[in-house]
Amino acid sequence: MSSQHHLVWNGELTTRLRLIRRGMYLAAPGMLWILLFLALPSVLLIVVSMTTRGDYGQIEWVFSLDNFTRLMGYSSYGWSADYLWILFRSVWVAFWTTLVCVLLAYPLCFHIANRAPEKRYFWLTLIIIPFWTNLVIRAYAWLLVLAPQLPLAKFAAVLGIIPDGSPLYPSAFAVYLGMVATFLPFVAMPLYANVEKLDWALVEAAKDLYAGPARIFWHAIWPQTVPGLSVGITLTFIPAMGMFVVPDLLGGAKYMLVGNLIQQQFGTSRDWPFGAAVSLALMVLTLVGLHIHRTKGGEGGVA
Amino acid sequence: MRRFHWLVPFLAVGSLAFLYVPLLAIAVYSVNASRFGLTWQGFTMKWYQRLFANEQILEAAWNTLFLAGVSTIIATVLGTVLAIGLKRYPWSRRVYAMLDINLHLPVVTPEIVFAAALAVAFGLLRLVFSVFEPGMLNMVIGHVTFQVSFVALVVGARLASISTDIEEAARDLYADNAYIMRHVMLPLLKPGIVGGAMLAFTLSLDDFVISFFTAGPTSVTLPLYIYATVRRGVTPEIHALSTLALCATVILVMLSERITRKTNKE
Repeated sequence: MSSQHHLVWNGELTTRLRLIRRGMYLAAPGMLWILLFLALPSVLLIVVSMTTRGDYGQIEWVFSLDNFTRLMGYSSYGWSADYLWILFRSVWVAFWTTLVCVLLAYPLCFHIANRAPEKRYFWLTLIIIPFWTNLVIRAYAWLLVLAPQLPLAKFAAVLGIIPDGSPLYPSAFAVYLGMVATFLPFVAMPLYANVEKLDWALVEAAKDLYAGPARIFWHAIWPQTVPGLSVGITLTFIPAMGMFVVPDLLGGAKYMLVGNLIQQQFGTSRDWPFGAAVSLALMVLTLVGLHIHRTKGGEGGVA
Repeated sequence: MRRFHWLVPFLAVGSLAFLYVPLLAIAVYSVNASRFGLTWQGFTMKWYQRLFANEQILEAAWNTLFLAGVSTIIATVLGTVLAIGLKRYPWSRRVYAMLDINLHLPVVTPEIVFAAALAVAFGLLRLVFSVFEPGMLNMVIGHVTFQVSFVALVVGARLASISTDIEEAARDLYADNAYIMRHVMLPLLKPGIVGGAMLAFTLSLDDFVISFFTAGPTSVTLPLYIYATVRRGVTPEIHALSTLALCATVILVMLSERITRKTNKE
């Protein structure tokens, strides 16, 4: 048996078996913790998604795929697209949030990287502070800004978009504002790491070859920022799909996302089996998103 | 300095204004004398005074710090030894891949799915063990689960930058396992451990979703309290509380920058 052979590992004469055993003692507690409180509960979620809700909101161990057909819109009243629409809307909102954040993050990062080195730290801190500010506070802050007494809502009322004296929330607009404000630092921070180290010689070379601004960006700048951009997009798109606080406070029942639907099932509706089914749907969307991201990133030369 | 099109600084400063205008609005309203509504009625500090007389808020503040403190200690210990065990021992490639996936699970799982899974798991555990009633124990368990993985990833990154030659040198000088761990590995890993612990602590302070799904009536944290209150409408005390939280965030960010710079120099 090879594990009985002696070997030298970082200067120690030992056997493979002994090393693995010691590694296991170190890694096991943390690994088991994640296994026990995340991996197993996730499996449980799959099981529960196939059970039935009892009359008092308890789980009845009667197995069927009813929760999934319900999610697809079928019920005893016929077909409705409500749930599918919520799923689609979550992906849609996440997509536009990510896109707008990326579009805003580039000028932001270029501007910061263009400051004198000793001043960059200050500008960077300006991004880090919102990043660490509590999400509930940030979402609520938008409620204040969009309140009827303030200029934004007054202006909208003058334009006739909303009746005079009413706030700009709950609305899709408010959700988008909150989402972009939430995730902008998540894109800007990883992107900045690349922008700061940008090799400007490539830009000069592109200029010498008479490239216009669009082609300079596309051929000389964008490829250099792909690694940071890729991290930023993952950090934004996936949490944005499952976002719950922002649509809850700023969108209300008017603009429900999948996160709100899940919360509703575990809260007021007390329908855990259906909530589990919706959670699984979100998990599948996440995995699809990660997969697309990975294959696309692969084309650009990034794993 | 390079010269960019005027749109670049314009959009950059605009984006930052977009991030800060709402926060400034909260700070301004926290010193507004008006009890209801948002019209300006003069400067006052009374909401801050009320804040410190409000027992629910003080209890929520204590719960938040207790939860973050306890879960960070557990997660930092587990995460650090996990990183060492995973990175420094000769796992076969397949086992390593499996362990690595398990380690990344908390990072890739959407928060709300993780919260739902925890709620279901605790709901079923409750049928057998009554300690799993919604409350602090469940919250600590939930927080440690995502913190462990972040600590292990930060410490693991630091570990990758430490050459195994140092361990080998210690071994050649007849240091045993315990001595190497205590006097070689841990001091070298200190910046990673401190960084990981700070990240874990902040993640716990900021967490809303996991707490929302696991909290009980006596374990309300500040984010939960703020959420429950603002759903009922505008309250000046919340503006004061949020402004204080914001100041704490600013101080924490600056402190952590200092600490990371210092430990990196060491």
